[in-house]
Amino acid sequence: MNYRRIKEKIYKWIFTVLAFSSLFFLVGIMIVLFKEGTPIFKDVGFFKFLFGTRWYPTHEPPDFGILPLILGSIWVTAGAIIVCVPLGVGSALYLNEIAGFRQRQFLKPIIELLASIPSVVYGFFGMVIVTPFLQKTFNLPTGLTALNASLILGLMATPTVCTIAEDALSYVPRSFREASFAVGANRWQTLTRVVIPAAGSGISTAIILGMSRAIGETMTVLMVAGGAAVIPKTFLGPVRPMTAAIAAEMGEAPMGGDHYHALFAIALVLFLITFVFNIIAEIISRRFRIKLGLSG
Amino acid sequence: MKKLAMMMVAGITALNLAAGTCFAEKIVVAGSTTVLPIAQKTAEVFMDENSGVDISVRGGGSSVGITALIDGNCNIANSSRSIRDVEIQKAASRGRDPVAHIVAMDGIAVVVNKSNPVSKLSKKQVRDIYTGKITDWSQAGGKPGKIVVVSRDTASGTFEAFGELIMNKEKVVPSALMQASNQAVAQIIGQTPNAIGYVGLGFMSGELKAVEVDGVMPSNATVLSGKYPVSRPLFMYTNGKPQGIVKEYLDFIKSKRGQDLVEVQGYVGLK
Repeated sequence: MNYRRIKEKIYKWIFTVLAFSSLFFLVGIMIVLFKEGTPIFKDVGFFKFLFGTRWYPTHEPPDFGILPLILGSIWVTAGAIIVCVPLGVGSALYLNEIAGFRQRQFLKPIIELLASIPSVVYGFFGMVIVTPFLQKTFNLPTGLTALNASLILGLMATPTVCTIAEDALSYVPRSFREASFAVGANRWQTLTRVVIPAAGSGISTAIILGMSRAIGETMTVLMVAGGAAVIPKTFLGPVRPMTAAIAAEMGEAPMGGDHYHALFAIALVLFLITFVFNIIAEIISRRFRIKLGLSG
Repeated sequence: MKKLAMMMVAGITALNLAAGTCFAEKIVVAGSTTVLPIAQKTAEVFMDENSGVDISVRGGGSSVGITALIDGNCNIANSSRSIRDVEIQKAASRGRDPVAHIVAMDGIAVVVNKSNPVSKLSKKQVRDIYTGKITDWSQAGGKPGKIVVVSRDTASGTFEAFGELIMNKEKVVPSALMQASNQAVAQIIGQTPNAIGYVGLGFMSGELKAVEVDGVMPSNATVLSGKYPVSRPLFMYTNGKPQGIVKEYLDFIKSKRGQDLVEVQGYVGLK
């Protein structure tokens, strides 16, 4: 009896430690980001860093303005949203509302399979297939553009959006639909006036998490966005998103130098952006569950 | 049962440690991706001929290599640039003394797409293209078309060498496509008719066309003689004078056979 209780306690402790280890790592990462990132603000100034328009980290004297990088990230993310929302939400609606059981069993794993393709493969696809295609179609000097990155990132974020939106749709209680049909609404009316509004916040969560996915993606944008640190003016020009800058430059930045700290500061900015995205998504989805009378 | 599992884990760990320390002499090489092919090839051959030596070669970049050397995490740091003052100070503060060994010469070829009729540029023209003063091929003796400027990332050793040898401390135009590797540059030049870029001589291929710079074509002879204006030495750094197996490995690289391997990899041997 006693032996058993001790055993139980040990198991409890093991799992408690495992569960809290994520917290430990998160806090650890945050501490490192702040510790290594903030020194640059002393030298450059917070606003000059965020809103400076020139990124010449190794020049003498260096310029550490990350506005082109922030805008690069925002542009490709916005573009990705334009691609992945219709694709993701559309497939979720089809899966949940229209597809029969068999089709659903077949389609859903396939869409989820898109998420398991390594990002370097997407990047390679973008570089070898999409780049020459865009170059020819739009008669561009180069196909490595924000549009290219947006298309690929949108495709990559589609499974995230689809899966979460589909979950949200399936949480809408049957009674909602039945009530709608009972008062004589047809399928389309039920879908647009009852189901989508009811699942709306869940779908918004899906979109925001899709944005998180897109803004944090690194390998693909490194390969296809072009890498020019300019303030973007058109989707048909190259951009340099924040993740690409960190990935490309960290290996060569002398440890402890300004450039090194600047890259950590970019990581900090990126972390804060995705952090805010995720908190918003969490708040919305919590409201959504309350609205549908599920657990708060 | 639990005890048994734990003993097994401990046993396997001990075995691994023993294998790592007793059966092989280990050299860790890290750093510049430009020097990487040289280190890999020479390490391969050296290990074939000296059983019991284990050389692990990693990339990461020149700064990563030198940092690892300062931190004591590698025996040899590959670098495509000479060590910086800050790094020397940092090394000194940790009681380390980086010693440079030149292992090869590398020419940086200025390259264009093979469909581009331009075959020669002056150093000044290349600079003007990279600073954005020249934006169209018609201004540089070619067919009209907007020049797509491709450069290496500002932190890379190749960029640094290019900056010193060509750019005269001027800034590369912000619209340049900054790429993270020689391969990425080669890939873009290969598929973009109006692009210009630069790669280490070792990365030349049939898809690319090197142009004469100031009337000199990049080649082993012109790089070694110093005639070709965009060339540089490649380094391996050790902590203090190399000893034992590290010395043997470096001597091998500098030997006739080692330098032949350097040439096989597309770099310029020292003799």
